[in-house]
Amino acid sequence: MEGAHAHAAGMGGYRTAGDLVARMQMARRMRLGEAKRYVADKLGCSVRDLSDPVAMETIRVDHGLGTLACTSAVHPAEPGMIEAKFNISELLDVPINSVARFKDRVGLQR
Amino acid sequence: MTTGTVGYRPDSGPDDVLEVMLLEPKIPTRMGDGALVEMTRSEIKADLEEGTQIAAKKAKVAELTQDELDHLLDIYASPARFAAVDIGDEVVLSNDGTGTKYVGSVGADLQTYEQVVGVDIVELWQTDYSYKAVKTNVHHEAQWMKMAQLLVTNPVQYGAMPDLGRYSAPDGPFPNWSELLPLGKIDEARRSQEEAAAVLVDDIEFVADHLVAAGADGIDMDTTGAAGDCDFLAALEACERLRAKYPDLGIEIGMAGEFVIGMHGQVTHRGTRLAGLWPKAQLELVQQAGASIFGPCVNINTGKSTAWNIARAITIIKPCMEIAEIPIHVNVGMGVGGVPTCAYPPADATSRAAKAFVEILRIDGY
Repeated sequence: MEGAHAHAAGMGGYRTAGDLVARMQMARRMRLGEAKRYVADKLGCSVRDLSDPVAMETIRVDHGLGTLACTSAVHPAEPGMIEAKFNISELLDVPINSVARFKDRVGLQR
Repeated sequence: MTTGTVGYRPDSGPDDVLEVMLLEPKIPTRMGDGALVEMTRSEIKADLEEGTQIAAKKAKVAELTQDELDHLLDIYASPARFAAVDIGDEVVLSNDGTGTKYVGSVGADLQTYEQVVGVDIVELWQTDYSYKAVKTNVHHEAQWMKMAQLLVTNPVQYGAMPDLGRYSAPDGPFPNWSELLPLGKIDEARRSQEEAAAVLVDDIEFVADHLVAAGADGIDMDTTGAAGDCDFLAALEACERLRAKYPDLGIEIGMAGEFVIGMHGQVTHRGTRLAGLWPKAQLELVQQAGASIFGPCVNINTGKSTAWNIARAITIIKPCMEIAEIPIHVNVGMGVGGVPTCAYPPADATSRAAKAFVEILRIDGY
């Protein structure tokens, strides 16, 4: 069922920019259109690019936002998971709980 | 039967024209229990009309417009195996139930939903999907949340049901209001629910505090109102507490059904009686409480077609969209939101429900 939903109408998660738009809905309570425009503006791309996995692979690599693990094997030096979330938090100007706690627990100021 | 046409007997001459009637073509579609049946376009159209009429009468809302019914007919009177929204119209998927041990481990499950399925928010949960049950195991759940935050790039929320019924005897400490009510002990039943709800609010906060400390991006109160109006009350009060403590936390309140059952009947939240509220009024309270995302829910009638069910669901939820200030993630899963009640919902029915909600209501996700 989840697979059908993902193909029928889903943004694509972090294959695209679905995770970024979702963060603006969760942390800033933005409706879909506002969240998409906000993320597109921050990334310097079009709204349509946000759900295009081909466009977003390049954009995510350019901004260090993380890509699928299989792609990371091709780009082993790129940020992934918690590393990528540091960059997502900064780029979107939105606090990410796990990033804030990571910084706090290792005494990292950034 | 619809179309008059002409034909020829095999043994007839070229001038012997016969009048015959063709049957209207049958289209494969689904019932609310998932059964594959065949209906004509006219029958599907009639079910859509009946679904919206019944919903409008029950919920005291407007019926769908002719354009909306025509759009639904285009989606549902199609033999295509799959339906999808247009490129660019995709929405955020906040899937519940994406992080338990379906795939082998909690971590593998979350990564699979993130990397293989491609959902936008993943949710850590455990199979006893209840905050009361999670409380006894919260340190393990929080440890998994901490590991999940290192494994996953997607937002990870924690989900469970408020599940007020767990607080009544024999499972919980309070007198069972379902036993008190038939005995006519109305005041005792109400008092028991009020006391249980107060403890539930504390438990949701307790669990949320641990999960937030472990890095959670959000807390999901799913299937809210399953035990009635005091269940909904607890979710609203827990939401207010969490919002006051965590201004940036994702807080999702998803409902159990289309209207709030009045097991108490008189309980209020900020002056509004909760019993009998439909989605628009539910949303008003959820927004005031500070939630990030609201999940309205309309249950399936298994004896009716999916066309009948989707028209009913969209009619009931539509008024929400007119006042929504926060994202609306409709419940579109097994047995709700036009998806059949069965263990393996077919993609033809699931995808049609998704397309219908996105294109008719312009929802923010589901």
